[in-house]
Amino acid sequence: MKTRGLLARCMLVLGLVFLYVPILSMIIFSFNNSRLVTVWDAAHSPTLKWYVNLLHNGQILRAAWLSIRIALTSASCAVVLGTLAGISLARFGAFRGRLLLAGMTTAPIVMPEVITGLSLLLLFVALEQLIGWPRGTGAVTITLAHITFCMAYVTIVVQSRLAGFDESLEEAAMDLGARPLRVFFRITLPLILPAIASGWLLAFTLSWDDLVITQFVAGPGSSTLPMVIFSKVRFGVTPDVNALATIMVLIVASGIAVSTVWMRYREQRRLRDLQLAAAANL
Amino acid sequence: MAQLSRAAGRRLVAGVPTLWLLVLFLVPFLIVFRISFSEVRLAIPPYTPLISFHHGTAALEVHASAYSFLFTDPLYVSSYLYSLKVAAVSTLCCLALGYPMAYAIARSAAATRAVLLMLIVLPFWTSFLLRVYAWIGLLKNNGVINNVLLYLGVIHHPLALLQTDFAVYIGIVYSYLPFMILPLYANLEKHDPALLEAAADLGARPWRAFLSITVPQSLPGIVAGSLLVFIPAVGEYVIPTLLGRTDQIMIGRVLSDEFFENRDWPVASAVAILILLLLVVPIMLFQRVQRRELEGAK
Repeated sequence: MKTRGLLARCMLVLGLVFLYVPILSMIIFSFNNSRLVTVWDAAHSPTLKWYVNLLHNGQILRAAWLSIRIALTSASCAVVLGTLAGISLARFGAFRGRLLLAGMTTAPIVMPEVITGLSLLLLFVALEQLIGWPRGTGAVTITLAHITFCMAYVTIVVQSRLAGFDESLEEAAMDLGARPLRVFFRITLPLILPAIASGWLLAFTLSWDDLVITQFVAGPGSSTLPMVIFSKVRFGVTPDVNALATIMVLIVASGIAVSTVWMRYREQRRLRDLQLAAAANL
Repeated sequence: MAQLSRAAGRRLVAGVPTLWLLVLFLVPFLIVFRISFSEVRLAIPPYTPLISFHHGTAALEVHASAYSFLFTDPLYVSSYLYSLKVAAVSTLCCLALGYPMAYAIARSAAATRAVLLMLIVLPFWTSFLLRVYAWIGLLKNNGVINNVLLYLGVIHHPLALLQTDFAVYIGIVYSYLPFMILPLYANLEKHDPALLEAAADLGARPWRAFLSITVPQSLPGIVAGSLLVFIPAVGEYVIPTLLGRTDQIMIGRVLSDEFFENRDWPVASAVAILILLLLVVPIMLFQRVQRRELEGAK
């Protein structure tokens, strides 16, 4: 028992080092003066010049703005569709088409992206021939594609949250005569709100980060941030990408930290409320 | 009446996402399937139609040329097999590293557990592309790893690490490790320590108890984690393009090159169908495990 626990713990430390060394090295070298990126120029470093460069890089800023708009739209639509699907799968019992829906929400998660990307583009081309819409590819087709693969993740998050609660609360409200819509807004929605929030964040991140599917369904003039980064790094390392990566890591890390603290605060408040309620009943 | 409207409401709630996925997920595969049986031509769109009209009579046009092209060209066969090998090796490495990590997390105190899980998931929230890019800086000839090894005197000439199979394995294990750890952790966390204690009381050595109790019990987690790594790894595009060999490409790259560089839509579609044929069994297996996980939680 002892040796196995020790071995596992050593592997855990090693694994965490493995996970964080690349990110740390990227952050460190973002302050390096040398164009060679990985050769530390001790005389002129640390420097912020790559960050300044980044702020003047119109191509990257435009791409980032497009990516943000697409991610906001896709995450919001994916949350609505994914929540509907999650509720159907968790609460409607055995309905016709359940297996189909369940299959179509798990398959996109593992499907190799080149296949999803190709198939979506061929769909858009066929649709344009057939009904004249969408006119060419661009932000609209990218958003449609992102909604499709993001909603699968939201579905799973919402479905597993609902599976953790039994239906007694909803049934009780129904028995007391509440209409289904009212039950949803007063009971189900507050219960799954944390899942919806994390589903939205997950969808935003996936959309913001996607390269392969986007490359297929993007048109001329609609380059997202990952596409610009990919075309820059394909032929080697460039220092301003390190600066960009550092900014993104900082945003994510602080976002996660804030949300963790907030969740813990909510959980504590809930426990306190429960204790108060129990005390009041005594 | 109320019952009726409730049924209608449910149909609407389930119907909207189903319709969306039918149009944007299922139908596209049918289109890929259909285009894989046409021939490339210089037109918009660049493939032959399914039904052609000659002198007023309709004729069904089905060509298998894309497939016969793929099977006769050794380049495609070898990249197909190479992708399988890369995905399998990476999945095994991921399991070998991820299992002890998940085990250690599941056995740690509740407070540390939350922090550790956050540390595992955190990289996943930062850009996948940038994390793969970070490895270029570490692995290249004048990169961090070579510089450190040269400085320490372990090596005297830089090692060729980038553009090797090794670099691709590293990249895949690195990117997909959280997908392996999370299902394993979810499974290992539920194990009842009383079983191991009982085995120890009956005289089983710790390793034997681990192999005959913990491992079999965690099989669903192993299967789910491995499939979450293996299936997308087969079609991986970014990692081999940035870190991998130039003389041997993976099948995802073949598909992308056929489509973007050669503009051969039928061959690209046929490649997609062949990848799907290979993955249909793993994908269905994954769905079964996933379904049991989500519905067994009740």
